[in-house]
Amino acid sequence: MLRLPEFTLHQARSLQEACALVAEAPQSTRLLAGGTDLLPNMKRRHQHAQRLVALRNVSELRGVAGHGSGEMRVGAMSTLSQLARNQELQKSWPGFVRALRSISSPVLRTTGTIGGNLCLDTRCNYYNQSEEWRQAIGGCMKEVGDTCWVAPSSSHCWAISASDSAPLLCAIGARVRLASVRGERVIPLEQLFVDDGIAYLGKAADEVLVDILLPPVANTRATYWKLRRRGSIDFPVLGVGAALRLDAHGVVEHVRIYLGAVASAPLRAEKAEEALLGQPLTEASVRAAGEAARGVANALDNTDFTMLWRRQMTAVWVEGALRELGGLAPRAHMPEMPLGAPGMVV
Amino acid sequence: MPTVLNLELSVNGEPRQLLVPPHHSLLEVLRERCGLTGTKHGCELGECGTCTVLLDGEPVLACLVLAAECVGRRIETVEGLSVGAELHPLQRAFADLGAAQCGYCTPGMLMTAKALLDENPRAEEMEIREALAGNLCRCTGYWKIIEAVQWAGRILAGDPTPPAILREPSEVKGGCSHG
Repeated sequence: MLRLPEFTLHQARSLQEACALVAEAPQSTRLLAGGTDLLPNMKRRHQHAQRLVALRNVSELRGVAGHGSGEMRVGAMSTLSQLARNQELQKSWPGFVRALRSISSPVLRTTGTIGGNLCLDTRCNYYNQSEEWRQAIGGCMKEVGDTCWVAPSSSHCWAISASDSAPLLCAIGARVRLASVRGERVIPLEQLFVDDGIAYLGKAADEVLVDILLPPVANTRATYWKLRRRGSIDFPVLGVGAALRLDAHGVVEHVRIYLGAVASAPLRAEKAEEALLGQPLTEASVRAAGEAARGVANALDNTDFTMLWRRQMTAVWVEGALRELGGLAPRAHMPEMPLGAPGMVV
Repeated sequence: MPTVLNLELSVNGEPRQLLVPPHHSLLEVLRERCGLTGTKHGCELGECGTCTVLLDGEPVLACLVLAAECVGRRIETVEGLSVGAELHPLQRAFADLGAAQCGYCTPGMLMTAKALLDENPRAEEMEIREALAGNLCRCTGYWKIIEAVQWAGRILAGDPTPPAILREPSEVKGGCSHG
């Protein structure tokens, strides 16, 4: 049996208590949300903690409030399956629901939370291995030592952001509320992430992610395309979160495209956005945006599939997502919806 | 903070009073403290689904849930499926249709399928496929499992017509050839 290391468990009953508990020893404490990322990481001795502060009984972190016509609040401890079943989210942000339903597998989504998915540890072929495997290569810089086996001359860890919800939520301009004993702050979601495989979160160790604030829909079209080997369970090897608004003439007046699993944080594809802004969604403009995204995504040999294929697929997947948003027919031999969408589970 | 917690768990409707260290998973407690070894341990990292049990009716992976987080929640394992000698329709269907081969994934499959059928006994093939997408089986190729879940659903919905595979070839419209 693969067992967890020993720790003490503190089950917070309120947000205030959770903040106080983590503030007692932030460096040796970890927050336990659903546990579907933290507990396997602790079993494999990737992540360590002497104390866990469990958030399950903190009612302030649960629930969904508001409607798509205004700002919606999504509690960070809402499970992925609760959110995917939420009718207001299904109506207002179907692209978000698609991203949620693409995360892992149904039996993990009953336990995993949206806050946990946003704070997911970064992943790498040389890191997400058994303890014995890692010892055999002397570890990597994310854990011990100073070598990145993906890019051995690098002084930087290239482990990838593997959250499926983050690219979509960044694209729609979501914000997050963080709380600590020092008070609360609300930041754009993209500031929660740092493009560093080791220090990948832009929140202090004593801060608790309280909720995610979704902006009013206001005619925004948004979608998420996930690339992975199987139709379930797998983390993304590429995620495309895209959101845009068209003016009365069908011209793109606002667009945000974020790529997941190609950097240590969701990566904004500004060049792809530039190819669309002020243009109608046409065969030529969506293809140009896809090609521009390929140049942004510097996929490395740090997850499943070859990196050259993943770079090629960046163009294909961005174009596919934009075709869906623009109501354009899919290219020949391409799916109308990506693998992992409901109905495409294999 | 005590190094051992005094937990009162409800397993298959029975209260269990246990002294458990906080870092023990529900899987460890079920198998090693309650003697309920029907719940299997596979990858123990959340990738295979073989340790699936129901918590308040929802399927969860017992390897990734702390036992201490299960206080006050309804835990159901494969041992709680049958009523006395009467098998649950899912168990009967799995046996009759050969949906279990080596049988190691079967308890997890049964529990995930139970959660689905409790909510929707008339689940269609794609819904069954999606619900079971986190439970791996290396023997059956999944078809027999999907058929068994569909048949059990029919029985639970009050329509116990056996699927075509169980009927005599002469009873099946158009017949079928088994070569």
